[in-house]
Amino acid sequence: MTDQFLYAIEVMINGLMAGVLYSLVALGFVLIFKASGIFNYAQGVMALFAALTLVGLQKGQIPFAHLINAMFGTDIHYFGWELPAILAIALTAGVMVVLAILIERFILKYLVNQEPIILFMATIGLAYFLEGLGDVMWGSDIKTLDVGLPQGASLWAEQATSGLGSENFYGFFIDKLDIAAALTAAALVISLTLFSQYSKQGRALRAVADDHQAALSVGVSLRFIWVLVWSIAGIVALVAGIMWGAKSGVQFSLSLIALKALPVLMLGGFTSIPGAIVGGLIIGVGEKLFEFTIGPMIGGATENWFAYVLALVFLVFRPQGLFGEKIIERV
Amino acid sequence: MNVMSNDPYTTADGRRIGGVLMEMKNITLRFGGVVAIKDISFDIREGEIRAIIGPNGAGKSSMLNVMSGFYTPTEGEVWFEGCPRPQMRPYQVARQGIARTFQNIALFQGMSTLDNIMTGRITRMNSNLLNQALWWGKAEAEETVHREAVEKIIDFLEIQHIRKTPVGRLPYGLQKRVELGRALAAEPRILLLDEPMAGMNVEEKEDMCRFILDVNDEFGTTIALIEHDMGVVMDLSDRVVVMDYGKKIGDGTPDEVRSNPEVIDAYLGVSHD
Amino acid sequence: MFYREAGDFKTSYLSDSQTFPIRFDRFRYYAVLAVAFGVIPFLINDYWASAVFVPFLIYAIAAIGLNILTGYCGQVSLGTGGFMAVGAYSVYKLMTAFPDVNILIHVVLAGMITAAVGALFGLPSLRIKGFYLAVATLAAQFFLVWLFNKVPWFYNYSASGQISAPERTLFGVALTGPNTDASVKYLVCLGFVVVLAWVARNLTRGTVGRSWMAIRDMDIAAEIIGVNPLRAKLTAFAVSSFFVGIAGALFFAVYLGAVEVGEAFGIQKSFLILFMVIIGGLGSIFGSFAGAAFLVLLPVLLKNVLVGGLGWPTDLAAHLELMVVGALIIFFLIAEPHGLAQLWRIAKEKLRLWPFPH
Repeated sequence: MTDQFLYAIEVMINGLMAGVLYSLVALGFVLIFKASGIFNYAQGVMALFAALTLVGLQKGQIPFAHLINAMFGTDIHYFGWELPAILAIALTAGVMVVLAILIERFILKYLVNQEPIILFMATIGLAYFLEGLGDVMWGSDIKTLDVGLPQGASLWAEQATSGLGSENFYGFFIDKLDIAAALTAAALVISLTLFSQYSKQGRALRAVADDHQAALSVGVSLRFIWVLVWSIAGIVALVAGIMWGAKSGVQFSLSLIALKALPVLMLGGFTSIPGAIVGGLIIGVGEKLFEFTIGPMIGGATENWFAYVLALVFLVFRPQGLFGEKIIERV
Repeated sequence: MNVMSNDPYTTADGRRIGGVLMEMKNITLRFGGVVAIKDISFDIREGEIRAIIGPNGAGKSSMLNVMSGFYTPTEGEVWFEGCPRPQMRPYQVARQGIARTFQNIALFQGMSTLDNIMTGRITRMNSNLLNQALWWGKAEAEETVHREAVEKIIDFLEIQHIRKTPVGRLPYGLQKRVELGRALAAEPRILLLDEPMAGMNVEEKEDMCRFILDVNDEFGTTIALIEHDMGVVMDLSDRVVVMDYGKKIGDGTPDEVRSNPEVIDAYLGVSHD
Repeated sequence: MFYREAGDFKTSYLSDSQTFPIRFDRFRYYAVLAVAFGVIPFLINDYWASAVFVPFLIYAIAAIGLNILTGYCGQVSLGTGGFMAVGAYSVYKLMTAFPDVNILIHVVLAGMITAAVGALFGLPSLRIKGFYLAVATLAAQFFLVWLFNKVPWFYNYSASGQISAPERTLFGVALTGPNTDASVKYLVCLGFVVVLAWVARNLTRGTVGRSWMAIRDMDIAAEIIGVNPLRAKLTAFAVSSFFVGIAGALFFAVYLGAVEVGEAFGIQKSFLILFMVIIGGLGSIFGSFAGAAFLVLLPVLLKNVLVGGLGWPTDLAAHLELMVVGALIIFFLIAEPHGLAQLWRIAKEKLRLWPFPH
């Protein structure tokens, strides 16, 4: 095997890992879209907000310190204690649930039966609000997130594969964090599937996804389901935020991965969980490989747009997405 | 009365029925494995009111969708004015002079009654974008000419008072009437009506019947309609096609159809032993 | 009291379909025009021009453009920033390649180039609908910004990768470049706004506007009654992009003078203009103005109060601004999904009966 080929494989593997993270964000989108027909643009910002909150709690930052200092001329920043990672994660999950309740209470309740486009716009508003809130609460400086996940190159993978190529090939570089992320994502998907298939709430959730009105008529509480699904999406966002934050720091660009999740959804379909995962992997591998092969010829940084153009071209030829059924239009 | 020959004739109430205007030849329509229409043929003659009836799920709406070009038949041909219709998009079919209404009202909810009906005349408008952008020359003249035509339809349907009301605010019966107006605005050769009386109360039904008869009588428009209210259909139409489970089980004058044993079976049910 | 249609009888269909059927509205419209052309240019200074008036006018053009596509034709676009960039770079290439041709002609040509690009990116709208299309327009946004960043030909191989507008004059008066007078900037933009708003109004009340709205309200039914969906959608994309392209050209050449593509025409710009359209009111030209005014004034106001008045740090004010804008968008969607234009309409309905509401 030539080195070039092996490098391509390495790129692919790293693409798969990036794809896992896209899938995670996309998963949050799909959950909310299935249960409420809302295209939640704020999913990515929720990941950012969760990561900011996690770091803030862990480090013992005082919420709104910036604002309080500006208003009262004080100079406070930290409580002076640090929380263990696991407690901070649990608290952040709690915050995300509270956030879900607030969103339902103050936004969704008033927007029932509005057109999907209006709901979509509302979530853009929510995204702006949360972005501002996260910054005002925790400050906008770039933060490092460390919850004790393994990091750095996996020596085991490197050694196991170093014999494949010539002397100049040192084996595949795979970040341990990526492996952890892939495993976490797998665990998350399995538990979500079990939850929706075998629990009472899960059944209610699927009923709502199928038909709001019918679910209401047999006594499913729509509001409860919405809170539930937004909470789950919030926790999925937290997981995505932890993974992405540990990888590249907690900063605004985190919310841009939400945008990357959109082409993933277009490939996989807005309502399909397997679609979100497969789509995420395809986008992850596709953009890395494209950047590796074609990128150097046309100036690089193709990752900015490749995913969108791929999804666009794909949809023109297959409007129903990867796993969707053929659409029969009716009048 | 030689209904089954193709010679022109005059009905008892003095309307003239001409030759064949549209003909469905061995139409079959499948969606995957589901056969919605199975090998159906019939014709529509100029000036007549032709009804397609049948129980729910008989394939009537699918048939109308084939006629209006929304579905392409899996097999068979649609002949219009003596020529087979090539594969075309629905808007091209509309331009041939086929207009329709919909079972579930398909008005443009954000637009006024006037704009809805004006949109019905779109097949007849052809001023270019630049003219329209400057509201000048042909665009302005066209707007006036078509507005006059539309006002005639508004008068005819007695909806002057709701001319500028957004159609979303109108009650169901009026919306149905506006939809009829929009279809009429195209001055079609054939008007297809998909359950024009569905969901109406008795008075609204009577009004609608009167409008349908008047359209046929005053404008000489050929009409094909779907309905499952047998009583209304029998009074209204010249000839009736009866469908059941995607097949044609009867075709003829209302009297002939009424005495057709298969039709009676389909409507009243019969024990198959 | 004066706001009456009673006694104002229309004698022709043309006068019935005019823009301001009520006499008082017509007078008010002429009064606004008179103030805009006759009073403001003499009072305006650099601060007011660059903080309020010029951006307001330019964003109004962009908002009308997006409103044509999204509000009238129902196709959601998140690519507005990218199309503005096309307008900006087109006018830059044109004004540097043909320095002798009048800059105003270049601006219009830039709009036409953008229209062609917009129609190209509109092609998928025939197969892709709704949210899927919204995401597909992101492809335009990111690809175009990348293109202008990576291909040196577009920025004439300048070292900084920026483009900056050289001075171009009309009758000896500088319209672009650093020596342009505030009142000239204002008047150029105002001229474009007035003409383009009039064109938008004409298009939306006539045949093509009706076909757009038909596609928006029910695309399948529209096609069945004879609207050619290809034609309707592509004209909407082209006309919308024409407006947006002119806005981009003015934004670069007249307003900023020098831009870096990712900063000036990034995804944030797309959202900003979408918000203007939503807050102002989908499907309303007046709404485009109202939305643009609102979102131009809000940050100025917040900044003046928080930074100027209370002495808070600028970045905190910027974050609070995000929260306020976000909250306001949600508030508007809940309180009045049809935006400021609808509030205005309701106010006028009330006024027509005032002071005798029964």
